[in-house]
Amino acid sequence: MSEAKASIDKETVEQVAQFGGEHYKYGFTTEIDMDRVENGLSEDIIRFISAKKDEPQWLLDWRLDAYERWLTMDEPEWAHVDYPKIDYQDLCYYAAPKSMEDGPKSLDEVDPELLKTYEKLGIPLIEQEMLAGVRKVAVDAVFDSVSVGTTFRDELAKEGVIFCSFSEAVKEHPDLVQKYLGSVVPKSDNYFTALNSAVFSDGSFVYIPPGVRCPMELSTYFRINEANTGQFERTLVIADKGSYVSYLEGCTAPMRDENQLHAAVVELVALEDAEIKYSTVQNWYPGDVDGKGGIYNFVTKRGDCREDRARISWTQVETGSAVTWKYPSCILRGDGSSGEFYSIAISNNLQQVDSGTKMIHLGKNTSSKIISKGISAGRSSNCYRGQVSVHPKATNARNFTQCDSLLIGDKCAAHTVPYIEAKNLSAVLEHEATTSKISEDQLFFCQQRGLDAEEAVALIVNGFCRDVLQNLPMEFAVEAQKLVGISLEGSVG
Amino acid sequence: MSSLLDIKDLHAGIPDKPIINGLSLSINPGEVHAIMGPNGSGKSTLSYVLSGKEGYEVNGGEMVFDGQELAQMSPEARAIAGLFLAFQYPLEIPGVTNMTFLKTSLNAIRRGRGEDEMDAASFLRLAREKSRALGMDDDMLRRQLNVGFSGGEKKRNEILQMAILEPKLAILDETDSGLDIDALKTVAEGVNALRSPEHGMLVITHYQRLLDFIKPDVVHVMAKGQIVKSGGPELALELEKSGYAEYVGGAETASEGSPAHA
Repeated sequence: MSEAKASIDKETVEQVAQFGGEHYKYGFTTEIDMDRVENGLSEDIIRFISAKKDEPQWLLDWRLDAYERWLTMDEPEWAHVDYPKIDYQDLCYYAAPKSMEDGPKSLDEVDPELLKTYEKLGIPLIEQEMLAGVRKVAVDAVFDSVSVGTTFRDELAKEGVIFCSFSEAVKEHPDLVQKYLGSVVPKSDNYFTALNSAVFSDGSFVYIPPGVRCPMELSTYFRINEANTGQFERTLVIADKGSYVSYLEGCTAPMRDENQLHAAVVELVALEDAEIKYSTVQNWYPGDVDGKGGIYNFVTKRGDCREDRARISWTQVETGSAVTWKYPSCILRGDGSSGEFYSIAISNNLQQVDSGTKMIHLGKNTSSKIISKGISAGRSSNCYRGQVSVHPKATNARNFTQCDSLLIGDKCAAHTVPYIEAKNLSAVLEHEATTSKISEDQLFFCQQRGLDAEEAVALIVNGFCRDVLQNLPMEFAVEAQKLVGISLEGSVG
Repeated sequence: MSSLLDIKDLHAGIPDKPIINGLSLSINPGEVHAIMGPNGSGKSTLSYVLSGKEGYEVNGGEMVFDGQELAQMSPEARAIAGLFLAFQYPLEIPGVTNMTFLKTSLNAIRRGRGEDEMDAASFLRLAREKSRALGMDDDMLRRQLNVGFSGGEKKRNEILQMAILEPKLAILDETDSGLDIDALKTVAEGVNALRSPEHGMLVITHYQRLLDFIKPDVVHVMAKGQIVKSGGPELALELEKSGYAEYVGGAETASEGSPAHA
């Protein structure tokens, strides 16, 4: 047994070395004239960003306040991740294509180089190019620090749906922005939210009016292109009473030897009887086989079921990034509200993932469900960290948690850190957890049926993730399945 | 006529433990061979060595399948070449439906042969036709691969995979173990349906019972890693009466050679 296994491990290491990050197909760089500020963080830089966007005084004050608080805070160290200290003075906080100088333009005027970039990423920004018969998906494309275009805005506007870049929302819908910005994730919630609140440059804004079922999927596609820049975007989604929206975000970045920081904040607000379904396919550059390069993905995502019977569901497929630190959470404030978290987190080579969710039960008859699938390969570390908290007034709260880990090879690690607290005796909380390995016998069985080792792993892992993949919008489920296979390439001999 | 499988003086086993000791065997297209033998004679090891399971090594001799030496081929290359192993203990793959597995398998093999993949609609027709012929409910195709299947269902499912892949040579490793008489008949019918002048089969079994339903052309007795006697179907009946004692040669007991049990 041991010798057979040793030979598998040896081959694994060789295969991994051979593939490395080369299979990351989004690793190209776009050559385009950029407008970027000098590296470094100061009040002046914040004033510069705010002025660049022609922001109202209240927003500048808000940023400066966040900055002041950030200066007094320490970078969190409790997560199960290990990376060299980030020099925040050696980062660029604003970089935008020169052609975007005068603010967002209509799609016809967007630099063809940018359109080509998104085309290469498989994201058509030309509405006419969307295939007939395929369900429409509206896209907001964020390139480094700015939004370069948003599709189907007019069609959405007919239903009263607002879907635009954050910068435009500040100008055109200041009341909504001022009312909801920071209302779910306070600016000083943690170190990275304070940083983001001070320097965020763009992002997406969504408002669905009462009773409207958003007629198409909305999505934001984040692309980091410039070297040495951080991307700090904010997403704010508001679903008014009785409305429904399904939203998806995707992320990629070029292959670079340096690490880059992505510190985003996402806030969701669901009012009475509203439903928000938020899906993420995170495929930031993960670094190479030796852990060189890759994105630090330090993200705060939180949804507030602010009124009765509101529903928020997070689905995430996390395959990229060198280090991931994110916990999409739900505050179940309204009576009868519900929160769901479906997650697939894959780590290969030297990737580190510390991810999970928080379900905070405040209202009566609130329910939550957590399905987490962690897959570790190579020499990676994958940690599920979750909290289910039932407050004293949350009578009849209900939670079901299922937390499964799958290990490939014997040099990777999986950890599960669930915090469960019930301060109301009527709470019913269930937690199930499993850890398994792909067995040599399973692999052999698949190979005897004609699959090569990588196809076999992709098939077995997709089976393992099935409960979560089923929750993705149909348009993205197939892509996500392929991504699961690609990100594990080189993980077996 | 050239043989489908030609094994000459094969020596094989797991590291530091020889299990197959100079085995020779030749199967022609259209023939069904049965290998019988006591526990530990190396029957299952032979099936693993032929199909290329990790952890088994070939130390000498040759095994030529359809003109190709198998030893250097990956397990999937052997499958693509048309060699099929019906597992004694079929594996479970949670979350993957039987249908998805069958389709992935068939298309991997077709791709490997440079053929076009089969489209979803044609595959669905094929899978339904074959599973109904085996008396299987359509529901079995939608269930997760072998998860929660009874022993009989798992074995029947192996035969379904064989029916869809139509291998040149099928090795059935104790497919009869754990089956009641009705399940045994269905499985045997499935196997018989695949008999043709082009296909060959190697049926590994402890008991004569299976051979009442799958009539072999040749019966071999295997002991201590060798074929010690070969004959017609009547040899199986003889064994049923007299047992293996004369072949085992006294008190020596070898253990079945799987690395998992080593």
